[in-house]
Amino acid sequence: MSKSPEIPPSEITPEETFLNRRFFMKSAIWAGTTVATTGLYRTFSPRADVENTGTAIASTADPSVTSHLLPDEKLNTFEEIAGYNNFYEFSTDKSEVAAKAKNFVTNPWSVEVTGLVQKPRTFNLEEILKFESEERTYRFRCVEGWSMVIPWVGFPLAKLLSLVEPMSGATHVAFTSYHDLKQMPDSVFAGIDLPYVEGLRLDEAMHPLTLLATGLYGKTLPNQNGAPVRLVVPWKYGFKSIKSVVKIELTDKEPPTTWNLANAREYGFYSNVNPTVDHPRWSQARERRIGEGGTRETLMFNGYADQVASLYAGMDLRKNF
Amino acid sequence: MTFISDSRFHRQLLLVNGLLPAVFIVFDHWRGELGANPVEFVTRATGVLALIFMVLTLLVTPLRKLFGWNWLLKQRRLIGLYAFFYGVAHLLTYIAGDRDWQLLSVPDDVLKRPFIAVGMISFLLMVPLAATSTNAMIKKMGGKRWNQLHRLTYLIAIGGVVHYYMIVKSDITYPLAFAIAVGLLLAYRLAVQIRKVA
Repeated sequence: MSKSPEIPPSEITPEETFLNRRFFMKSAIWAGTTVATTGLYRTFSPRADVENTGTAIASTADPSVTSHLLPDEKLNTFEEIAGYNNFYEFSTDKSEVAAKAKNFVTNPWSVEVTGLVQKPRTFNLEEILKFESEERTYRFRCVEGWSMVIPWVGFPLAKLLSLVEPMSGATHVAFTSYHDLKQMPDSVFAGIDLPYVEGLRLDEAMHPLTLLATGLYGKTLPNQNGAPVRLVVPWKYGFKSIKSVVKIELTDKEPPTTWNLANAREYGFYSNVNPTVDHPRWSQARERRIGEGGTRETLMFNGYADQVASLYAGMDLRKNF
Repeated sequence: MTFISDSRFHRQLLLVNGLLPAVFIVFDHWRGELGANPVEFVTRATGVLALIFMVLTLLVTPLRKLFGWNWLLKQRRLIGLYAFFYGVAHLLTYIAGDRDWQLLSVPDDVLKRPFIAVGMISFLLMVPLAATSTNAMIKKMGGKRWNQLHRLTYLIAIGGVVHYYMIVKSDITYPLAFAIAVGLLLAYRLAVQIRKVA
């Protein structure tokens, strides 16, 4: 060891102090880095803190449509249904939507029904909730390849449409979602044009399975599931079931739809659940039922073929995907 | 010994912090807290972690040259091995979760889905790099050849980002962030090369 005469012995740190200081520094670095790593991971990991804060809706069960489930199919839990949502206005991360939508204002609310109708009319929330509600348990199949079974509460869209009396020239129904950058600041990252728009053929819209849902599990809809009123079309991919509807317009031509505008090659106007027509980037033959381990077969028209297949008689479903 | 030269301490820090996300994933799985779609989350998390470690390995050289942090070099192998480790975890999650362990369905799926093919190629390119990561292999191959082989890292990083971009539906924020990071790190190397030639 070489001598260092310029450092007087009094300034040399005693070994014990040096080791203590070193131990302290190392401990601080350990704590700092592991806390940072943990924090970073937790920022992105799913959180399961959804509460059912809705108010109860009186409804009648509809055994004719709720008894269609296969013996091994069971309802998804409220936590699954309300904790895993595609609602790009709030977040593109499905486990983030519940938290981001927490303060979404859904009352007052109004739904404007307009276009080719004899009696255009704006329904406020009270009037929407006055429609006689039914419980309808439907499969819900997302185009991404996952699915759930959801006990909706709502009423057939046909009931509302017959009140406004569609004109004979009306062939389609166009829907628009609520959009507001103040309440939905993260929607700038959505990568799709907003407000979200969807559409159905008039006969699809009038089909008894097509629902305007105002609740699930017996209570009003959680914000993240499309409060206060959303469309549910059980035989089509989930994105057709537009959330937080503010406008319904009867038209005489096929209306533009958001995902079709974003990528026409991947998302068609019809978007009927069809295990034989694959998405360009993945197979639609099977699906992952949320809450289950493996995957299960996807059913034609999501299992509602006997009720809706006739709507598409003679059509090439490969072309009209 | 200073902290800068305490490479044993650096290695311990990296070893523990690199493993922590995997520990959390296993722990959250065990207590059923991986969300409604655990397969989707684990697939995404392991894929993103592999990309993060890819970016970190590419960061070592610029940091050394720009700031003289040469002590980082000793940790680069472990960073690279973590990229491989999370790549393996990503692949296993796909085989177990997406393919239900039906190994025979994998080749068909790779051919059918271009983004899977890009991911698979990137992963396969990592295998020779992981296999030649030992001191003995570096010696055996010679520094020059070893360096040439390990330039595959650039291709793997690009493939990883493209693979991520291809699966995203519309929100490209994260793939874009990785593309910018990898782009800058590769642009730095290109700039250095051009200056050498000029």
